[in-house]
Amino acid sequence: MKTFRIGGVHPAENKLSAAEPIKVAELPKVAVFPLSQHIGAPAKAIVQKGDKVKVGTMIAEAGGFVSAPIFSSVSGTVLKVDTVIDASGYAKPAIYITVEGDEWEAGIDRSKDLVTLKDRRELTSDEIKEKIKNAGIVGMGGACFPTHVKLSPPPGSKPEWIIINAVECEPYLTADHRLMLEHADEILVGVTLLMKAMNVGKAYIGIENNKPDAIELMKSKTMKFIHEGDIEIVPLKVKYPQGGEKQLIDAVVGRQVPAPPALPVSVGAILQNVGTAFAVYEAVMKNKPLFERIVTVTGKSLAHPSNFLVRMGTPMSQLIDACGGMPEDTGKLIGGGPMMGKALINAEVPICKGSSGVLLMNEQEAKRAEAQPCIRCAKCVSACPMGLEPFLLSKLAEVHDWERLEKEDVVSCIECGSCQFTCPSHRPLLDYVRLGKSTVLGIIHARKAKA
Amino acid sequence: MNEILIAVIVLGAVGLIAALVLWGTAKKFAVKEDPRIGQVNEVLPGANCGGCGFPGCGGMAAACVKAADEAGELGSLFCPVGGQPCMEKVAAILGLQAVAAAPKVAVVRCNGTCENRPRLVSYDGVQTCRIANTTCMGETACAYGCLGCGDCVAACQFDAIRINPETGLPEVDRAKCTACGACAKACPRNIIEIRQVDDQKQGMVVTCMNKDKGAAANKACAASCIGCSKCKQVCGADAITIENNLSYIDAEKCISCRACEEACPKACIIMLGEPRKKIEKKQPVAAKPAAAKAATEEAPKAVANTNTRPYDKPIEVKFDAALLPSQQYMLAGTVDLVQGEKSSDSATPATYDYEAPLMPSQQILLGLKTKKA
Amino acid sequence: MSNKLTVSLSPHVHSGDSVSKNMYGVLIALLPAMICSFVFFGIGAILVTAVSVASCVFFEWAINKYLLKNPQSTICDGSAILTGVLLAFNVPSNLPLWIVILGALFAIGVVKMTFGGLGCNLFNPALAGRAFLLISFPVQMTTWPNPGLGFMTIADASIEGQTGATPLALMKQGQAVDMDFWDMLIGKMGGSLGEVCALALLLGFVYMLVRKIITWHIPVSILATVAVCAALLHWANPAYATPTTHLFSGGLMLGAIFMATDYVTSPMSKKGQIIYGVAIGFLTIVIRTWGAYPEGMSFAILIMNAFVPLINTYCKPKRFGEVVKK
Repeated sequence: MKTFRIGGVHPAENKLSAAEPIKVAELPKVAVFPLSQHIGAPAKAIVQKGDKVKVGTMIAEAGGFVSAPIFSSVSGTVLKVDTVIDASGYAKPAIYITVEGDEWEAGIDRSKDLVTLKDRRELTSDEIKEKIKNAGIVGMGGACFPTHVKLSPPPGSKPEWIIINAVECEPYLTADHRLMLEHADEILVGVTLLMKAMNVGKAYIGIENNKPDAIELMKSKTMKFIHEGDIEIVPLKVKYPQGGEKQLIDAVVGRQVPAPPALPVSVGAILQNVGTAFAVYEAVMKNKPLFERIVTVTGKSLAHPSNFLVRMGTPMSQLIDACGGMPEDTGKLIGGGPMMGKALINAEVPICKGSSGVLLMNEQEAKRAEAQPCIRCAKCVSACPMGLEPFLLSKLAEVHDWERLEKEDVVSCIECGSCQFTCPSHRPLLDYVRLGKSTVLGIIHARKAKA
Repeated sequence: MNEILIAVIVLGAVGLIAALVLWGTAKKFAVKEDPRIGQVNEVLPGANCGGCGFPGCGGMAAACVKAADEAGELGSLFCPVGGQPCMEKVAAILGLQAVAAAPKVAVVRCNGTCENRPRLVSYDGVQTCRIANTTCMGETACAYGCLGCGDCVAACQFDAIRINPETGLPEVDRAKCTACGACAKACPRNIIEIRQVDDQKQGMVVTCMNKDKGAAANKACAASCIGCSKCKQVCGADAITIENNLSYIDAEKCISCRACEEACPKACIIMLGEPRKKIEKKQPVAAKPAAAKAATEEAPKAVANTNTRPYDKPIEVKFDAALLPSQQYMLAGTVDLVQGEKSSDSATPATYDYEAPLMPSQQILLGLKTKKA
Repeated sequence: MSNKLTVSLSPHVHSGDSVSKNMYGVLIALLPAMICSFVFFGIGAILVTAVSVASCVFFEWAINKYLLKNPQSTICDGSAILTGVLLAFNVPSNLPLWIVILGALFAIGVVKMTFGGLGCNLFNPALAGRAFLLISFPVQMTTWPNPGLGFMTIADASIEGQTGATPLALMKQGQAVDMDFWDMLIGKMGGSLGEVCALALLLGFVYMLVRKIITWHIPVSILATVAVCAALLHWANPAYATPTTHLFSGGLMLGAIFMATDYVTSPMSKKGQIIYGVAIGFLTIVIRTWGAYPEGMSFAILIMNAFVPLINTYCKPKRFGEVVKK
C-alpha cells in the first residue's frame, strides 16, 4: 500500500459521521460573507446597503490575481457591510445579507442531470480556466488557495498529472468521503475538466484505505470515463498528514517537491481537492458559482454528528443546532479538523469556502496537558513528515535564535502538528515552531525587499 | 636535592619559554584600538540592553568615538539607561558638549483590566503574547488591547515592568524604567510607547489603542477610546489628533493642562503617576456596576487564586430575546430557561427572567439587550 | 460549567503518550530480567534493587524540594525509579547496601540533577553511577556471586571462594571460555544482577519494540557491530573469544537494549543513532580485548554519550525533498 516516505502519525480516526448522508441545511436568517475567504488579496465588495441580491449574484469581486470573487448564497437584501469575527479570531470586513425567499440567478442550471465532457465537446482549455476563475473557486481542503492560480503554472513548467486529494486524513471529518459516495460522477467529470484545462493525460485520485466504499465506488465509475482520459484511483495507507500537498505527491507518484520556491508543478503535479473537482464541475457544466459546500459537523458529545450541504454565510451555530444543539460540556469549538483546524472564539463564525468541518470538543479534550521537560526521545523527529527536528526548532524559537532557525529549515514546516501530537512531554512544539517560522519568513521577506 | 633542583629548573624554563611565546604573540598580533573607546565603555552602564540601537555597550562606545571623529558631535546617540549624566561623561571624554535630551519613559497604553474588559474565551497555549496574538484577538473582545502574557516583562532587563495580578496588565515602575524600548519592541500589539515626559516623568497619555468604531470599542471594553473627539475639542495646545477612531496626544505639544482628562467620558486619558479618574459616566452595559462591584469584592481572592476571576461572580440580568439553541448553551447550566416560552420567530421575542453568572460581554456576544433587574 | 470556550493553536488532539507511560513501559520491559535476577541471586538481588530504587527516588525528591526548590514533584514520571532499577542491574547482588546508596547519590545527585534534571543530563545516570562505583570500589564491584537457582544461594553467596568469575574475566585472564550457549542464554554465569539472563532482556527488547518505546536502530547496530568485530578477531586469531561469547556475556545485552537507548543521552536522528550504536559496539570490543577492564560496555556508552551533542549537530534527519529528480 502506497504512502509518503518520511514521518507521519496515526491519530484516532473518529469518523463519527461517515455513515450520515448529506443533508441540505436550512437557509440562515442573515448570511454573512467575509471578504477574505481565500489566500491572497481580500475581495472588494461591489454591493451596498439596501441592494437586492439573488442566489449566485456576485457580491464582491477579486481584489487581484491571487484572489477570488465572492457570490451570494442567498437571495435578499444587503443589510450592511461591517465586520465579523471569522476563523482567524479577528474581526474582518464582511457583507451581511438578510435572507428573503430563495430566488436563484437565471443562468444557473439547477437540474440534477449529469453533463459530461462528451456533451460539451466545444469547451476549450481556456474557457474552462476562465469559468473556474469567474466562479470564485478556491481550494476546498482548507488552505483556500485560488484554484485558477494553481491552474496557471509558471512558464517553463510542464504539468504531467492532476492529483486529486481525496485523502481526508484529518480525524473526524467526513465531508469529502460523503461527497465521493454521493457525487462520484460529478467529481469524475470535474477531474476530466481539470485534465482538459491543464492538457494532461493522467489523473490520480488518492483515497485513504479507511474509506473502502469510496475506493470501490470510484474505481467502478472510472471505467465510464476511460475514453475521456486516464483516471486512476490510488488507495493509500492511513497515515497523517497524507493530505498535505507535498506528502500526497510523494505518496502517489513517489516524487518529493524540493523546498520553496519549488512548486508541486516543479515535479510535474497539479494538486486539487476532491471538493474542488466537484465545484469545478458545477461551475463549468452547471454555471453555478461557488456558494455552497459540504460541511461535517461532529464531536463526541454532539447528539447527531452530520454532513450538511451548506450555503456559505450560514453561522456555525445554526448547523450545531441542527445536530441537536451545543452540548453542555463543550470546551472548544474548532473550524476544520482537530490536527490543523482553528479554535473559534464563538459559534457565530460563518461557513466560508474553506470550512470543511465544525468540531466540538468537550472540556476535558479541550485543555492541553501541562508541558513537561523535553526528554529528547526523538519521537517528534520520527514523526515530522518534512524531516525536520521540531524539538530543536521549538527551542531555538523559544530563545529567539532566528539565524539558526533559518539554517535548520524552519520555513519548510507545513504546520501539520504531528510533532506536538506525538510529544510525550506534551510540549507546545508547534506553537513555538510557528512563531519561529513566521519570524524567519518576515526576516527573509525584509531581506528580499532590501536587496 | 638534585631532583628538586632539576624540577625547579625544568618548570622554570617551561614557564619562561611560554611567557616569551605569549609576549611575542601579543606584540605581533596586537589589535590597535582607540583608547577612548575603552574609556567611553567604562562610563557606559554596561547593561548591554540594546536601548541605544547597538547590540551592546561596546558597540555604542565605538559609535560614539566614530561620531566624535567624523561629525564632531554625538548627534542622536543616546544611552537611555545612563541618561543625561552618562552622556555628559561620554561627551567630556571626547571633548564635546552634551546636548540635553528630554527624559522618556515606557507607557502602557491599555486599561483593559479584568473588570473593564471581561474575558470571553480562555487562551490555552504558550504564555507568550506573540503566540497568543496569532491565535485570535485574545481572551477579550478587544483586538488591540493587552494580551497579558508578559512578553514585555520578560524583555525588561531592569525589573521595571511587572504584570499586576489584579488587573492583568503590565505596570511600569517609572523610577526604574530607563526607556530602553525593549518592552515596546517585544509587544506584538505596540501598546507600549516610549514617551517623552517632563522632569518628574509625568505627562498626559491616552491609555487605549482600540481603533474600532465607537460602538464596537465600547462593547469590547469599558475603558476604551471611542474616538468621540471631546478631548480634542477642549485641548488648548492643539496636541490631540484623532485617527482611526483613536485619540493620540503629542507629548511635545502637550502642556499638561489636564482638560482632556476631565473631558474624556471613558477615563482613557490619564496623567502619568497620578491616580486614574474613575469611570463615572453612563455605563456601556447596564449590568456593569454589578460586575464591577463583584470584582471589588472578589479582588483579594483574585490575587490569591488566578483561577477565580472577578467576573466569575454571579450577576443579575434580565433580558428579552429569542434564543437560538446554541445560545441557550452559552447560558445552560447557569440559567433556568422558562420552558415553553421559546420562540424561534425573532419578530416576537420571548422574555426570560433569570439570574445568571453571565459576563456582561457574553450578553453582548449573544446580541442580547440587557437591562438591570 | 464555565461558559468560556478555550482557544489554542492546532493541533487540538494528542496521542495520549506521556513521559511516565514511556518510563513505566521500560520498567515493564525490565520485569522479566528482574524476576530472573531474583530467582538467580535470591534475597540479595531483591535488597539491592529495593535499596537502589528507594534511594534514587529519595535523592531526586530531596534535591528537587530542598536544593532546586522546584514546587513540582518529578517523582511521578518514573525516571528516578528507572535509574534505580538500572543501577541495581549493574552491580553484583552481594554489594554492601551503603555502596548502593552512594551510587544512587552519585547517579541522581551529580549526574542527573546537577545538569538540570530529567532531559538535561549529558550522561546516563545509572551507568555513570556504576562507573563511579567500579572505580571507587573495584573489589566489591567485581566480586560476583555464582547464580544458583532459588533462594539456595543466600547462604552460598556469603561464603568466600564461592564467587563466580564472569566469562569476560576469564577471557581477560587468557583462559579459554567454553561456556555452554544455553547456560549463557538463560544466565547461568557470574555477573551483575540484571545482565546475566540474555533471554529475559531480549524479551524486554521485543516488548519495547512492540510498544514503540524505542526503535531498533541503537540495539541492533551495537549488537551487530560487536558480532562482526568479534567474528573478525576470532577468525584472525582463534584465541579471541567467539562472537556468541561476546554477545551473551557481560553487560552487552543490558547495555545495548536498556542503557544505550536512554532517550536523553542518545542521538535524535536515525542516522545518528546508527553511528552511535556502531561506535559503542566498536569501543566495547576494543576495551574488552585490549583494555584494562574486562567489561567495556558501560565505558563505551559513557564515552559515546559525550559525543551525542556532536552527532546531533552533524547528523540531521533527511529533509523532505532532498532526494528528488527522476
